[in-house]
Amino acid sequence: MRAAVIQFPGSNCDRDMAVALEKSGADVQVVWHKDAALPSGVDLVAIPGGFSFGDYLRCGAIAANSPICRAVVDHANAGGYVLGVCNGFQILTETGLLPGALLRNAGLKYICRTVGLKIETANSAYTESYSAGSEISVPIAHHDGNYFADDATIARLTGDDRVAFTYTDNPNGSRANIAGILSQNRRVLGMMPHPERAFEDAHGNTDGQRLFAGLMAQLTSA
Amino acid sequence: MKARVHVMLKEGVLDPQGAAVQHALGALGFAGVNGVRQGKVIELDLADGTTEAEVGEMCEKLLANMVIESYRIDLL
Repeated sequence: MRAAVIQFPGSNCDRDMAVALEKSGADVQVVWHKDAALPSGVDLVAIPGGFSFGDYLRCGAIAANSPICRAVVDHANAGGYVLGVCNGFQILTETGLLPGALLRNAGLKYICRTVGLKIETANSAYTESYSAGSEISVPIAHHDGNYFADDATIARLTGDDRVAFTYTDNPNGSRANIAGILSQNRRVLGMMPHPERAFEDAHGNTDGQRLFAGLMAQLTSA
Repeated sequence: MKARVHVMLKEGVLDPQGAAVQHALGALGFAGVNGVRQGKVIELDLADGTTEAEVGEMCEKLLANMVIESYRIDLL
């Protein structure tokens, strides 16, 4: 599997993401935001966490309009896989690849701790190695992770089995406890929790490992 | 010419910052503040002849997120 990790000024989980993908067996290239094209033959684009462009205007708004994001949108529209974590999720909503928006946490505080997640669907390359309904622990670290979408969108996401993860104890006010959602073709995943920070024994928690392993299995056999 | 763009969260979208400001005003003894909504004001210095429609396009493409925000344009 060939993966590209996008790097913006202010990204801070780019290396963690690249290491998690590499250790899962992917051939990883880090791509600068000013590049207008992705490396050829890329299967997966990973948009890492951080505070791209200092969260100016809105989280992810400036990054979503950078040259590389046009290539990421084309990649997704052509059926490519895109994983956005934390700021990456915010960027994906700003590009319109995923519906909704991430608002300021309801409690106004920046939250950095490990939370419980329920796997809502195993029907995606990202979640197929978990069982639906099972629970895992993954860290969150965000100020703006409060998922918002209108009632019709929430109903559509739920009805189409596109909610990938929910919080077992909602930390930020997200509607329907949503922690991660899939695109209609189930190949674009945006999630606020950081699976790349629950990957190695040294992290004290390896619950995120299976997300990468499942992705690897799916994209290598494809 | 200049334009001033007001960006506000839409009605029905929770504004936790506005709620915190409302709470703080109450704590300062200001009674009767029934609600606070916090938004942002963006001033644009524009080439003469820029139309309101063009500024509207700027709002919809970047300055506001139409999923959660609405905007108002004042041409100055």
